[in-house]
Amino acid sequence: MNDDLELERYELFEGPAYQFNFNRRQFLKAFSGGIALIVPMSNLVARTLQQEQGESGSGRGNQRVPDEIGAWIHIDESGMVSVFTGKVELGQNIRTSLAQAVAEELHVPVTTVRLVMADTDLTPFDMGTFGSLTTPRMAPQLRKAAAAARETLISLAAEQWKVERTAVRIVNARFINHDASKSLTLAEVAKGQKLVKTIPADVQVTPVSDWTIAGTSVPKVDGRDFVTGKHQYTTDMKRDGMLYGRVVRPTAMESTLVSSDTKAAEAIPGVVVVRDGDFVGVAAPDQQTAIRAEKAIAIHWKAPGQPGNEELFEYLKKNSTVSSRGGGRPVGSIADGMAAADRKLSQTYTVAYIAHAPLEPRAAVAEWNDGKLTVWTGTQRPFGVRSELAEAFHMPEEKVRVIVPDTGSGYGGKHTGECAIEAARLARASGKPVKLVWTREEEFNWAYFRPAGVIEVSSGVKNDGTVTAWEFHNYNSGASAIQSKYDFPNQNIQFHNSKSPLRQGSYRGLAATANHFAREVHMDELAHLVNMDPVEFRLKNIKDQRLKAALEAAANAFGWSRRKKGCGIACGFEKGSYVATAAEVSVDAKTGRVKIERAVEAFECGAIVNRMHLNNQVEGAVVQAIGGALFENIQFKDGQILNGKFSRYRLPRFSDMPKIEIVLLDRKDLPSAGAGETPIVGLAPAVGNAIFDATGNRLRSLPLTP
Amino acid sequence: MANVTSLNVNGKRLRVDVDSQTPLLQVLRDRLNLTGTKYGCGEARCGACTVLVDGQIMRSCVTPVGRAGGKQVTTIEGLEKDGKLHPLQEAFLKADALQCGYCTSGMIMSASSLLNKISKPSREEIVKHMDGNVCRCGTYARIVNAIEIAAGTAKEVAE
Repeated sequence: MNDDLELERYELFEGPAYQFNFNRRQFLKAFSGGIALIVPMSNLVARTLQQEQGESGSGRGNQRVPDEIGAWIHIDESGMVSVFTGKVELGQNIRTSLAQAVAEELHVPVTTVRLVMADTDLTPFDMGTFGSLTTPRMAPQLRKAAAAARETLISLAAEQWKVERTAVRIVNARFINHDASKSLTLAEVAKGQKLVKTIPADVQVTPVSDWTIAGTSVPKVDGRDFVTGKHQYTTDMKRDGMLYGRVVRPTAMESTLVSSDTKAAEAIPGVVVVRDGDFVGVAAPDQQTAIRAEKAIAIHWKAPGQPGNEELFEYLKKNSTVSSRGGGRPVGSIADGMAAADRKLSQTYTVAYIAHAPLEPRAAVAEWNDGKLTVWTGTQRPFGVRSELAEAFHMPEEKVRVIVPDTGSGYGGKHTGECAIEAARLARASGKPVKLVWTREEEFNWAYFRPAGVIEVSSGVKNDGTVTAWEFHNYNSGASAIQSKYDFPNQNIQFHNSKSPLRQGSYRGLAATANHFAREVHMDELAHLVNMDPVEFRLKNIKDQRLKAALEAAANAFGWSRRKKGCGIACGFEKGSYVATAAEVSVDAKTGRVKIERAVEAFECGAIVNRMHLNNQVEGAVVQAIGGALFENIQFKDGQILNGKFSRYRLPRFSDMPKIEIVLLDRKDLPSAGAGETPIVGLAPAVGNAIFDATGNRLRSLPLTP
Repeated sequence: MANVTSLNVNGKRLRVDVDSQTPLLQVLRDRLNLTGTKYGCGEARCGACTVLVDGQIMRSCVTPVGRAGGKQVTTIEGLEKDGKLHPLQEAFLKADALQCGYCTSGMIMSASSLLNKISKPSREEIVKHMDGNVCRCGTYARIVNAIEIAAGTAKEVAE
């Protein structure tokens, strides 16, 4: 586990990182009856084992409710199991996988477990759904809580029957005695109880080898709501008397408002116009009227001159400063390593800004009631957005409630609350609930991007394929996966902050794609320099057995030794999981158009929780990676995005899809790591290397355009 | 400008009163509360807003409601019959052909028009027909699998 994960610069934070506001007092107020098992916040932010081992708590009996609560499981008097977590569902299927973990330990069907997610009034504080942390951190703790709940319930059943607790078992949500002559339901045991416990330190969870619910391909728990169109995303919500909002946007970023004339808009019946500082927005009874009002506003902006993407990489290097974070201490001596090398190579790699383009744009429905603000919005950081709202409206956080309906994806792009603030501002002015749905153009222009970057690599290698020196400098794109699992004896790795001309932030895998692209293309170049097979060359420099296993699995499944022209491979590690990707491409000699014909990806993230959803997640990452590898590239000039709509920004489509084969390595002996991000990192370098194999043309910039 | 006063949606005649230039998408979602049809891009490039008008694919975000007057509009809400899912809806669940689900309605509507025209489409025909629909989560292979399951041509169900 990367200890620095929460502090990664490129997970976009705004506002305080820790606000432990769901405390003991609130919990006790909310708890009515039944049995509750609490996961203390300290368990979720604990770095590693040492803190878990230091956990207080003694086995059985009531314990003190911790001051700061991270999550809890509640079995109410009707036998319903509810899990309260601040995590957000955005298509990664944690609503299913967390229910599986809890159902497994409680010995109940998945259908009896209900997840209450991401509601700041109902669920405990959570920093956000990012960093592939739900599976490695939240799931094991919920699992422990569920196991403790099961043991508590068994004791209660034993008390009712006046038998030893060893004589009671729970099978498929029913408690049965030793000869199965008596049984009790969850409701019958929970009835009349009012029991709150903190998870004890000695709670035993089911070993992976005994999993019967976790580890199986449970279908998406509420899948039917999605295929019937019934699921209500934020964009689908409606409140009584609700108005529709629009924001009048500047013509360029960093603009200041010079003058505005809103009279004509205000004259339209039903329209409310708000001007507050540089914010100008309207609300109207229907969308068409809101659009008409927006267009009726005459407005002048002043925009400063800003760099464009033609000068981007120079600009990033010129404005850079060495960061203390993310590089790590040099190992050995670069000078010695270079002296020992037979061949040397220095190359520069670049990556473009790209957009998340979640299909559901940012949206919010805001409503004020008696000084309390409630906002439904699609965000990965409900508590962060609550802080932003509280700050924007100068009110205490207790007066703000943020609720996140399961959202139309995010990929790291929905960490912030600007849409929520805008909707709330319009709602306050109009005295009615307001829905604001950003247009696709707004989504491109006023959200934020995956950082662009420049990466310089210098290395030395012996003729036998041993890399002797490795110097790696990343400017602006980020430090994620800047370190590798290769066994380089002499290395100097640095991340350099820079001034980004565009607003940038989190993206699926953060900079891991950029750093893997530079590293894995450079490794390919070195392999060719010493006339070695790219797989053999990598294996020569790998001691890590898990990385080796992933690389070999991908190579075998691909048929690497029998490959045709036009193939490339890459491997890597990030956020606890290992990946290797092999790709075959064809390149049109005339147009230079690249088609990825085939992609094979081996992925290992410890013990598999849900093979079907993991497969889906890995396939999806490979498909999303096609865009960044081949065509996604934000064009900008003078503070304007020049290709900020789908007709100008090409996304991967059905016809771009290669034949994809996923090889999942199930390591039941290892804890489960997250899988939403790392599977995206291998495709771009594999395709770059395949293009070189096909054409002899070495491409060092993403997107790859021969 | 003339107003549209009624629409035939999912076999029912519904009263509305909107300017005929209003996008069909807005009328379906905001007036008729049929929110299964989604906004994605506003320029007919992502397919999230796909509905059928007299059996033909329409990107409702760029279709003035006036063009649907007097015709039969089918939305995702119209596929389920008496509590029984449409074969494509069943197949999407079986193939796990979604992640966030935001594109799903449009995908299913596009696919249904394909199967209405060609009962057993080839893989190439599926890809060609579906290319106007975007799934940003990247579940394309599973969607193809789901369409093949519904058409009865699937060799296997993806795991």
